[in-house]
Amino acid sequence: MLRPLSTIGNYVLLMRRVFTKPQKGRLFWQQLFFEIDQLGLDSIGIVAFISMFMGAVVAIQTAYNIDSPLIPMSMVGFTTRQSVILEFSPTVISLILAGKVGSRIASQIGTMRVTEQIDALEIMGVNSANYLIFPKVVASVLINPVLIVFSMCLGIIGGWGAMMFSRLVSMHDYILGIRYDFEAYTIFYALTKTIFFAFIIATVSGYFGYQTQGGALEVGQASTKAVVISSIVIILFNLVLTQLLLG
Amino acid sequence: MIEARNINKYFGENHVLRDVSCTFHPGKTNLIIGQSGSGKTVLMKCLVGLFEVDNGKVLYDDRNFSAMNINQRKAIRQELGMLFQGAALFDSMNVQENVMFPLNMFTRKTLEEKFDRVNFVLKRVNLENQNKLMPSELSGGMKKRVAIARAIVMNPKYLYCDEPNSGLDPQTSSVIDLLIQELTYEYGITTIVNTHDMNSVLSIGDSIEFIHKGQIWWSGNKEEILHMGNQELNDFVFGTELTKRLRK
Ligand SMILES: Nc1ncnc2c1ncn2[C@@H]1O[C@H](COP(=O)(O)OP(=O)(O)O)[C@@H](O)[C@H]1O
Ligand SMILES: [Mg+2]
Repeated sequence: MLRPLSTIGNYVLLMRRVFTKPQKGRLFWQQLFFEIDQLGLDSIGIVAFISMFMGAVVAIQTAYNIDSPLIPMSMVGFTTRQSVILEFSPTVISLILAGKVGSRIASQIGTMRVTEQIDALEIMGVNSANYLIFPKVVASVLINPVLIVFSMCLGIIGGWGAMMFSRLVSMHDYILGIRYDFEAYTIFYALTKTIFFAFIIATVSGYFGYQTQGGALEVGQASTKAVVISSIVIILFNLVLTQLLLG
Repeated sequence: MIEARNINKYFGENHVLRDVSCTFHPGKTNLIIGQSGSGKTVLMKCLVGLFEVDNGKVLYDDRNFSAMNINQRKAIRQELGMLFQGAALFDSMNVQENVMFPLNMFTRKTLEEKFDRVNFVLKRVNLENQNKLMPSELSGGMKKRVAIARAIVMNPKYLYCDEPNSGLDPQTSSVIDLLIQELTYEYGITTIVNTHDMNSVLSIGDSIEFIHKGQIWWSGNKEEILHMGNQELNDFVFGTELTKRLRK
C-alpha cells in the first residue's frame, strides 16, 4: 500500500525539478526541436499504418452489422467518424505512443542514469531533471495533437477505402455519413484528452527512467514499467476525462 | 583545499563511511586508495554532493559546502570537474560537443572562442582532430581523455577522478595518470583520485589516504607507503604477485 504512495510522492518531487525555467534558453530550443523530431515525426509511419487499418475495420464491422432497412447506410460513415474521433485516435494511438515513445524515453534516460551521465550533468551544476525531461514533455504535448489529427483523417480515409473496395456502402452514402451532424466539440474533447495523455507518457516514462538504479537489466525493467504504468494511467484518466468533458 | 570533517554515511543499516576526516591540498594529486567496496566512490560522491552526508561537513577553501542550498552549490560545482569511472560521456554527442557542453551551458563566449577553448583542451589531452567522433567510436583510453578534456574545459579549481584507470591496460593507465598529474601541477588544481591500482599509487601519490571498511586507516605519501608495519595496508600494497616478488 505504501509503495504506490511513495512513488506518487517521488513523482511529484521530480516534477517540481522538471518544471522550472531552463538554464539556457538556446539549448532548450535545440533540444525541443530534436525531441519533436525524435518523439513525433519518427512516429508518423506507425500512426498512419494503424489509423488506416483501424478506420477500415470499424467501417466494415459497422456495415456488416446494419441489417435493418430502416437504418440508412450513411450510418457507416457517421459511426466511423465518431468512433475514430472520440476514441480510437486519441486513446488507442496514445496507447501505441506510450509503447513506442515511453519505452524510448525511459531507456534513454535510464541508460544515462546507470552510466553516470546524469551524475556528470549534476556535477557541472545542471538541473538534469529539467534538462532531460522538460523538452520531452513540451515536445510530446505539442506534437501528439498533430499526430492525432493526422490519425483521425487517415482513419476516416481508411474507412472510405474499405467501403470503396468492398462496395458495402456507396461513396455517396459514406461521405454523407461523415458530414452528418458534425460537432466541433468532439475534436476539442479528443485533443484535450490527447494533451493529457501526452503529458502522462512523457512524465511517467521520464520518471521511471530517471529513477533507474543498477545496470542494463534495470534499464530494461524501467522501460517496461514506464509503458505499463503510463498505459494504466492513460486508461484511468480516459474514464475521468470522458466523464468530465462529455458527462 | 578540500576538507572532510567527521563524515558519516549510512545506506540503511550499512554504515559505509565512519567518521572520515581528511584534507586534500591544491597543486597535488591526492589519492584515496583501498579495496573495492571500501567506500572510495561513496566518499567522493559525498564530497561533491551527489550523496548527502548523514553527519559531518565538507569544506571547499573554508566554504561550508554541506550547509549550502542548491543554488550556492551550483556556484561551487562550476569550479569543479569530475572524471567518472566509465567516463560518462554524453552518448548522443560527438567529442567536440561533449567538451563544449559546459561552455554552452554556463558561458557567454562566442562560438569562435568556444572552438578555440575546445581545441586547446583536446590538444592538451592529445586528441587533436578527432572532434567529430562519437563516444561509441572511441577506445577506453580515448574516452577517458575526452572526459578529462570535458572536466578541465572550465578551468576547474578542483578535479575529481574516480578510478581513472579502470578497464585500461597498464601502459594506457600510466599515460592517463601522468596526464592527470601534469594538469594538476600546471594549473595548481586540487586533484583527488580514487584508485586501487598500486602502479598509480607509486607514480602519482603525492598524498595518500588509505581507506579500509569506511575508515581512514592510514595517511601518508608514496615514499612512506612501502615501509609501513600496518597489516591491512600491507595486505593492500603487497596484494599482487608482482609487488610480493619485489618485496622479496
Ligand atoms: N547507492 C548505493 N546504495 C546503497 N549502498 C551503496 C550505494 N553505493 C554504494 N553502496 C555501498 O557502499 C559500499 C562502498 O561502495 P563504494 O564506495 O562504491 O566502493 P569502492 O571503494 O569500490 O568505490 C559498498 O558496500 C556498497 O554496497
Ligand atoms: Mg568505486
